Amino acid sequence: MKFIKIEDCYKTYKNGVTATAGLNLEIDKGEFVFIIGATGCGKSTLIKMLYREEKPTKGKVIVGGIDVAKLRNSKVYKLRRKLGIVFQDFKLLPKLNVYDNVAYPLTSMGLKNKEIKPRVIKALDLVGLKEKMRSYPNELSAGMQQRVCIARAMVNGPKLLICDEPTGNLDPETSKEIMEVLNQINQELGTTIVMVTHDKDIVNRMKKRVILLDNGVLASDEMKGKYKVNESV
Amino acid sequence: MRAFRILIRSINDGIRSVFKNFSLSMASIICSTITLILVAVAMVISANVDNFTKEIEQDLTIVAFVDNQATSDDVENIKNELSQINNIDQSQTIYKSKVEIKDEMRAESNIFDAVMGQWSDEDNPLKDTFQIKVKDIEKIKETAEEIQNINNISTVKYGEGMVDQMVNAFKWIERIAYGAVIALILVTIFLIINTIKLTIFSRQREIGIMRLVGSSNFVIKTPFIIEGMFLGLLGSIIPILLIVFGYTYFYDFSSGYIFTPLIQLIKPFPFIYYASIIVALIGIIVGMIGSASASKKYLKV
Repeated sequence: MKFIKIEDCYKTYKNGVTATAGLNLEIDKGEFVFIIGATGCGKSTLIKMLYREEKPTKGKVIVGGIDVAKLRNSKVYKLRRKLGIVFQDFKLLPKLNVYDNVAYPLTSMGLKNKEIKPRVIKALDLVGLKEKMRSYPNELSAGMQQRVCIARAMVNGPKLLICDEPTGNLDPETSKEIMEVLNQINQELGTTIVMVTHDKDIVNRMKKRVILLDNGVLASDEMKGKYKVNESV
Repeated sequence: MRAFRILIRSINDGIRSVFKNFSLSMASIICSTITLILVAVAMVISANVDNFTKEIEQDLTIVAFVDNQATSDDVENIKNELSQINNIDQSQTIYKSKVEIKDEMRAESNIFDAVMGQWSDEDNPLKDTFQIKVKDIEKIKETAEEIQNINNISTVKYGEGMVDQMVNAFKWIERIAYGAVIALILVTIFLIINTIKLTIFSRQREIGIMRLVGSSNFVIKTPFIIEGMFLGLLGSIIPILLIVFGYTYFYDFSSGYIFTPLIQLIKPFPFIYYASIIVALIGIIVGMIGSASASKKYLKV
């Protein structure tokens, strides 16, 4: 059974804009997938449906066996605890230090402090920020903040990491470092990574599966693909 | 155990939030303090009114005078008829013959003793009486009329007019005090809803992040509810001090009664402790209702 299965998925917003129109897609466990496409092609809506920020209007979106369309609002947290999300704008809690930010998903699950601590340290070690655990987000560079975001996404040991333009706010050198961290997570921990990006260099360098969306439908799906939004759009 | 740990963390977060958003919290605390002071005053008034209304009611006695021509059989007959009237508290009905009354009056005063000492039983102009207590004071008038209709009862007295007016006045004061308490509680709820609403708005981004990292509704909502309860509790501190010291001072200052020793105030101990607990509970519950309703309306979890 596929880890992510999207069947005949339609999403039309209340204002009449159609984001996806009959999209079909399957992603296996352990894959590293780039989702690319021009602005407004539906890639952000697609990943928002994966973590149930949006619901499909029609069709199915199944993530790790959970049909997100059927998930009640009050139960969405159960899905989100099974996956990690990395955002372009990091979404760190400014009043909490690095340790508490990374620990937050675990504290909100009611784990004991002695269970939380080793997992937070392991996640911070993974992104190379163990020595910064007492710093606050505003004391860190953008690259470091993104690493904290990745550590927070990974602290619960998710099977799926959803990355929404994680390098969008970073310079090329820092972007490269972040991609190395994500690649390491994919290779060493076997975590499935679905990443939306506009960064041509990253896609071309990584040589991973590339899914191109165009007007809400699948335009191309290539293993070890290249960034070709400019050619096709 | 997990739910318990989440609850402990929520309590911690809720209390910390009161101090983190200090200016907003102060505004809410001051508003709830003012309304809780008024609630406390209204509560003390209504408790006292209730107390002396009850005391007056307990003291109210219908006195039924028996005709001087009535025989002992007639008195027995009156007793029987009185026992048929539902509103009479039979256990407290006292029959006194005119001889007993004369003796009591002579014992009370030397003047009475001098005058009445010369009366023989035949000369005694006093009348045999029944002293009667009623169960429901509001039906005292009807009960007095029923007694008046019994054969050989010459007169029935119960302080009509004055008593009716006093009981009515107290009842109105009590109703107004209760109405004021309810209105002020609603105002406090409204203030707390607004404070929590502003807190939620100022933390909208934070709440969004909490949701995205997998926090359940319980985890997101509980700190806000705790914050509201804590605001309510803090708002009740000054009203409680006012009850404890203010009421005790007022009681001592007024020697325990208002206008006349008939209208006795409730003794401060343990009244002030009960009243303080009630004010604190009102603060906490009102804070909880306000914050729960704001969380439900504005958190959209």
